[in-house]
Amino acid sequence: MIQYIARRILLMIPTLFVISLISFAIIQLPPGDFLTSYVAQLRTQGESIDAAQIEALEEQYGLNQPIYVQYWKWISGILLRGDWGRSFEWGRPVGELIWDRIGLTMMISLLTILLSWAIAIPAGVYAATHQYSFADYLMSFISFFGLGTPSFLVALIALWVGLAVFGVNISGLYSERFINEPWSTAKVLDMLSRIWLPIVVLAIDNTASVIRTLRANLLDELSKPYVETARAKGVRETALIWKYPVRVALNPFFSTVGWTLAALVSGETLVSVVLSYQTSGPLLLRALTSQDMYLAGSFILLLSTLTVIGTLLSDILLAWVDPRIRLEG
Amino acid sequence: MIDTRPPLIEVEDLKTYFYLDEGVVRAVDGVSFTIRRGQTVGVVGESGCGKSITARSIMQIVRPPGRIVSGSIRLHREPTAADRPGDVVEITRMDPMSKEMRLIRGGEISMVFQEPMTSLSPVHTVGSQIIEAITLHQPVSREDARRLTIEIFSKVGMQQPARTIDRYPHQLSGGMRQRAMIAMALSCNPSLLIADEPTTALDVTTEAQILQLMRNLQKELGMAIMFITHNLGVVAQMTEIVFVMYMGRVVETATVDDLFYDPKHPYTRLLLRSIPKLGSKAAGTAPRLESIRGTVPHPYAIPKGCPFHPRCGDMIPGVCDVVDPPLVKIGDSQEVRCHLYTPANAPGSGEVIPLTTT
Repeated sequence: MIQYIARRILLMIPTLFVISLISFAIIQLPPGDFLTSYVAQLRTQGESIDAAQIEALEEQYGLNQPIYVQYWKWISGILLRGDWGRSFEWGRPVGELIWDRIGLTMMISLLTILLSWAIAIPAGVYAATHQYSFADYLMSFISFFGLGTPSFLVALIALWVGLAVFGVNISGLYSERFINEPWSTAKVLDMLSRIWLPIVVLAIDNTASVIRTLRANLLDELSKPYVETARAKGVRETALIWKYPVRVALNPFFSTVGWTLAALVSGETLVSVVLSYQTSGPLLLRALTSQDMYLAGSFILLLSTLTVIGTLLSDILLAWVDPRIRLEG
Repeated sequence: MIDTRPPLIEVEDLKTYFYLDEGVVRAVDGVSFTIRRGQTVGVVGESGCGKSITARSIMQIVRPPGRIVSGSIRLHREPTAADRPGDVVEITRMDPMSKEMRLIRGGEISMVFQEPMTSLSPVHTVGSQIIEAITLHQPVSREDARRLTIEIFSKVGMQQPARTIDRYPHQLSGGMRQRAMIAMALSCNPSLLIADEPTTALDVTTEAQILQLMRNLQKELGMAIMFITHNLGVVAQMTEIVFVMYMGRVVETATVDDLFYDPKHPYTRLLLRSIPKLGSKAAGTAPRLESIRGTVPHPYAIPKGCPFHPRCGDMIPGVCDVVDPPLVKIGDSQEVRCHLYTPANAPGSGEVIPLTTT
C-alpha cells in the first residue's frame, strides 16, 4: 500500500510538469499580452501612451523575452523560492492574492460536497429501496429539475427573491460594513450567515446527480445474491441495506471525489460572479481576460495540483473501502 | 417403510405468486410436503418449476412483487422436555421482517445459495460475515464468535482457518467460498439447512468434496437438509426422499430408490431417461439421449388440466387436458399427481403403464 502511494506520488511529478507547460502555453495563446490589453484599456480611457513607455513596461515585466525564458522564470520561482510571480494588474505578488481565495473556494466546495451527500445518500437509498413509489418519482422529478437548471440561474433567482420578497441584498460574502474590516468574530459570523447560499445553490446540481447515480447503483446491488445471504442470515432489513449494498454502491463516489472537487471549483466561478463573491473563480476569470499571465498560470497550476492530489486521495480512499482494489494495486 | 421421525417442517397447499405488470406468475401453486427431523430431502425439477421459490417461501424471503398467497408452513420446534411436545409455529402467519421471523432465519432454518462467487459481500471479510450471523442468534461476545467461527471453519475443512477468517471472498477459490457459506449456514446449529443448488457453480471435483462434506456434517450435527437441485446424480447420492416439481407443484413424491427404480409420473420417467448412462456407448447399447419434448409452458399460459399434458407421451385425450389430476397415493411412501393412476383410468393401481416413446 505504501509502495503504491509512493509510486502514485512520483507519477504526479511529470503530470504536474506537463500541466504547468500546458497552462502556460494556453495563457500565451490569445494574440497580444497583458500590455496590449493594458494599453488598449488606457486608450479607451483617453490616455495616450507612446512607444517608448510601452517598451519600458515590456522591459519591466520581462515580456520582451522569449516564451521559454518567461516560463523558466515563472516555474523556477515557484519551485525554488515559492514565489508565484507578480500580478501585472494588481501589482502584488500572486501568492498574496490567491491563497485567501483558494481557501475560501475549497471551503465552499467541501461544504457543498458534504451537504449534497448528506441529502443525496439517504434520498438515493430511499428511492432505490422504494422503486416506483410516489416518493421515488417525486425525487426523480426533483433531481432532473436540479440537473436541468444551471446553478448561476438559481443564484440569480435567489438574489431576486432576496431583494423582491425580503428586501435584503444577499450578494457578497460579507455585509457592506465588513468589506474593508479586518477578520474578527463578527465578520466570520456574518460570512457564515451568507455562505450557505452559494453552498445550497452549488449543492443542488451535485445532489441531483448523486441521487440519480446512487439510485441506479443501488438497484444493481440490491438484486445481488449477497444481499439475499444477509437477509437469510436474519439481519434487520434497514441494517443490511446500509451495511451491504449501500456500502458497495457508494464506491464510485469515493473514486470521483477528486473530480467532483474540480467540477465544483469551476461551477463555483459562475455562481460567485453572479453573487459577487471574493473567491478564486472571479479572480481567475479576470486574470484570463486581462492576460495577467502569472496570476492566471499560477491559478490554473494550483487548481490542477489540487485536482491531481484530490484524485490521489480518492484513489487511496477507494482502496481503503474496497478490498478488491487494495490487493490488486 | 414408514418414517417415524417427528416432523420438522410441514408445508401445506403453499401458493406463492408473483404479481407482475404482465400478469400473475404462479411460481408455487399448491405445494405440500413434510420434512422430518434429520431427514435429507431432494427437490428436483427444471429451471423455473418453483424449487427455489418454495425454499424462499419457507425462509420468508420472497421479494416483491412475489408473495405467499395462501397455504401454511409449520415449523415444529424440538420438545424441551420428554413429556412436553415442542412448539409449533406457523411461519406464513409471521411478518417477514418481524424479529420472530428473523430469529428463525439463519437460526433455526438457514440457507446455502447457488453462487458462492456472489453470495458473500465483496467488501467484508468472510469471517466478519459469519461472526455477524453468530452474534445475531447467539448470546456471545465478538471474541467468542470469532473463536466459534474458526472452529466451524476447521469443521468445514477450510484451509488455515485462523488466517482465512480475515480474508476477503475474492481471495478464496469457489470451493472455499462455498465452504464459507456452509460454515455460515451451520454456525447457529439450524434444524433445517436449505441448500439451493449448492454445487451447480462448482467444478465436479469440488462438487464431490462439498457433497461429501455435507454428508459428514449431517451425520455429525443431525440437521435436516432440503437439497434443491436439477442434478439427479446428486439426488441419488444425497437424499432419502425426493419431491419432483413441475410448474409450481409437486408431481411425485418418492423414496430415492423408488424414484430411480420405479418412477411413476411420466415427467419423472422422462427426466430419468434424459440422463446419459456411463459406459452404454462403449457397450454399443446406447440409444440416442432422450430429451423431454417441448418446453416448460409460458407462465402466463398454463395449460388446462394437467400442466404437463402437452409434453406427455401418455396423455389421455379428454381427461388430462380437461381435469386437474388428483394426488394418488401408491404404497406407503409414494405419491403421484397423474390421471394414469386414478382408479378410473388405471386397471390396477400401481401398475406401470408402458410409456410410449416420443
